[in-house]
Amino acid sequence: MENKFTKRKATEKLIFWFLGLMMLSSIAILGIIIFFIFKRGVGVISWEFLISMPMNGMTEGGILPAILGSFYLVTGAILVATPLGVFAAIYMTEYAQKGKLIRIIRIGVSNLSGVPSVVFGLFGLSIFVKYLNFGVSILSGSLTLAIVILPTIIRASEEALMSVPDEYRSSSLALGATKWQTIKHVVLPASIPGILTGCILGVGRVAGETAPIIFTAATFFSMRLPKSVFSEVMALPYNIYALVATGTSPQKQVPIAYGTAVVLLVLVLLINLIAIFMRIKYSNKNAN
Amino acid sequence: MNELKMEVKNLDFYYDDFQALKDVNIPLESNKVTALIGPSGCGKSTFLRTLNRMNDLIEGSRVDGNVLFDGKNIYDQDVDVVELRKRIGMVFQQPNPFPKSVFDNVAYGPRIHGLKDNETLEEIVIGSLKGAALYDEVKDRLDDSALGLSGGQQQRLCIARALAVKPEVLLMDEPASALDPVATAKIEDLIDELKNNYTIVIVTHSMQQAARVSDNTGFFLMGDLVEYDRTDKIFENPDDQRTEDYITGRFG
Amino acid sequence: MLNWTTKEKIIKNILMLFAFSSILFLTGIIIVLFREGAPIFTKVGISEFLFSSDWYPTYDPPGYGIFNLLSASIVVTIGAMVIAVPFGVASAVHISYILPKKYKNIVKPTIEMLAGVPSVIYGLFGMKILSPFLRGVFGLPTGLTALTAMIMLGIMSLPTIVSLSEDAITAVPKSFRDASLALGANRLETMIRVILPTASSGIVTAIILGMGRAIGETMTVLMVAGGASLFPSNILKPVRPMTATIAAEMGEAPVGSEHYQALFGIAIILFLITLVFNIFADIAQQRFKEKVSGE
Repeated sequence: MENKFTKRKATEKLIFWFLGLMMLSSIAILGIIIFFIFKRGVGVISWEFLISMPMNGMTEGGILPAILGSFYLVTGAILVATPLGVFAAIYMTEYAQKGKLIRIIRIGVSNLSGVPSVVFGLFGLSIFVKYLNFGVSILSGSLTLAIVILPTIIRASEEALMSVPDEYRSSSLALGATKWQTIKHVVLPASIPGILTGCILGVGRVAGETAPIIFTAATFFSMRLPKSVFSEVMALPYNIYALVATGTSPQKQVPIAYGTAVVLLVLVLLINLIAIFMRIKYSNKNAN
Repeated sequence: MNELKMEVKNLDFYYDDFQALKDVNIPLESNKVTALIGPSGCGKSTFLRTLNRMNDLIEGSRVDGNVLFDGKNIYDQDVDVVELRKRIGMVFQQPNPFPKSVFDNVAYGPRIHGLKDNETLEEIVIGSLKGAALYDEVKDRLDDSALGLSGGQQQRLCIARALAVKPEVLLMDEPASALDPVATAKIEDLIDELKNNYTIVIVTHSMQQAARVSDNTGFFLMGDLVEYDRTDKIFENPDDQRTEDYITGRFG
Repeated sequence: MLNWTTKEKIIKNILMLFAFSSILFLTGIIIVLFREGAPIFTKVGISEFLFSSDWYPTYDPPGYGIFNLLSASIVVTIGAMVIAVPFGVASAVHISYILPKKYKNIVKPTIEMLAGVPSVIYGLFGMKILSPFLRGVFGLPTGLTALTAMIMLGIMSLPTIVSLSEDAITAVPKSFRDASLALGANRLETMIRVILPTASSGIVTAIILGMGRAIGETMTVLMVAGGASLFPSNILKPVRPMTATIAAEMGEAPVGSEHYQALFGIAIILFLITLVFNIFADIAQQRFKEKVSGE
């Protein structure tokens, strides 16, 4: 009896220890990747690098156009996707009755989120670049990216709206407010933090997307900053790819790629961190 | 009998196939407090919600019969639900202020109904807070979040919020059940005060509360209105054996 | 002046249009893919397209068989899962079941944060750091191989699998655990006999979603897989998965040409595969919900 008991305990300990080791190595592997990128890229970064134009066929100079280009693309995508996603979520949580319709919409959202990013790129190429004739441009790229993050924003908004207590709705209606007044003045304001978190996550995702913009917006090297929404742009993620995969003078261009990678990584991790903190703070507040 | 503010005639209510109210007939007198008592699940809260059509929001629910409000059936086709709910206010079991300031909570109703003038708004808010016996406690923190008030204060705020749209009838769904005895006493005093200006219908699970605050009492059991009468009659000498059993605590 | 009931109806209908946007885009994607890609199926024949290994889109006469590309996608994805599943599920179990709460509150957000690392960063690491390392270890002519792609995709899928599996294990009601512990089972036995069986369909969902992401992943494989359209018979040789093919060749394929159509044809196959993954993930998710709620 005594013996069997200790054996059970030893097995338990051993297995738990092994699981812990697996977890630590998973985190370590991910950490190593980030460490190496930083180690090789941090030295490249300087104020000059961030605010100057590229020179000599992208072998010298800075990455200002890529930073700005990414900023334009992300802003455009969020501006389009947020109203679309939030209004869709309002319909799904506040208006739609349980049944086939809402099931179909849900299936649509979940399948859209599973579409490979390169397929979004093809869609954008065919519809925005060619059919609507927007060309390879900020506009085409932003619209394509907006579709990529639409499911993320719908889901986050849905969750935020559903976490608004039902009592708010009934007491507003009992005061003689219409449904839309109730949503506009009570439900939506109460769910803003959650929706915002979703949008921030969307920003993080979109900032790093490469495949959807290869054929719709991105250019490798540009001497000028974009003039309008119909200009093609440089973008941080595409810049990294283009420098290492198609660059002609690796000894000069690979360091620039690492520098760009550090900028992108810091940006994305920071954005995600903010979103995660907001979510933790918000859900604590709701729980109290 | 006094003038009737509302009168319910042959009211049936169904959730899908389940009949939650069976042929309910009840008069609601003007400027009186009518208490609805009965064990949980007896239909008293459901009944209360048929009076301002809050039950409309439940999918699969259905109403038969008449609910007359100043002589007009509120379930008629041409009745404007929004207008109706403006005239028949409601206070819920859990204090449920909006996550807004004290002022904005009370101002919510009037604003929704199109009032923009700040001076009038302020007048209404202060008047309503006074009417709910809350003004003195919150006058220095009208701009603070309503969620920072105590439970009892929150409930009186909800009453003030309901008063601000100037209703004629006030429906209260166990308004003190989530509160401590001191806060409960304040709410009960307030109800006594309010009946001078409003017709009040209150659902309560506490028989003492019904006895203390109401003029008339209706006893519900499994969807039936078993007995309706003056409160002292119900508590001292009920006609129905089931009422007596409930009042004396033999079940429930 | 509209009365409020009409106004409410108009608002409701407008919102409904918004809600249908996802369906609209999904349908749009399907229509675009088939409109641009379907002609290649009639020209080449579906079985030839799927099962011929001759991918020579720029030769004369050209070859449009994607067998090698499809196989490469499948092999690389399976390889990635062989790496990601054991590490991912073990980590999830440890985080949700063993790790003390104060550590969990640090580890879980860290992993969620890492899930946001862009694929092009993994590509850069795989191309410039992992691949020279593998070339040295195995003495290869090039370090850009199927194995490199597997490792990078596996690492990339880790955060997704950990995070979703962890959610599934945490969603198992505490009462199940308490009941088992109260019967004298120790924590390990409780985990193996009660927690994991209950969470299994949730974990399966996580794995399927991870696979869907891996097979659709573009930038990493484009950068590290080597790009040769060979049959993946040896994981130490370069391969060219479907996504990489599309991304690499779309720029040079004239719009409307056979080559262009063939690339859309590949996208159709890719889309269908991820669709199937999604449907399976939904089914598994449904099962999990039923199990946890006991319906």
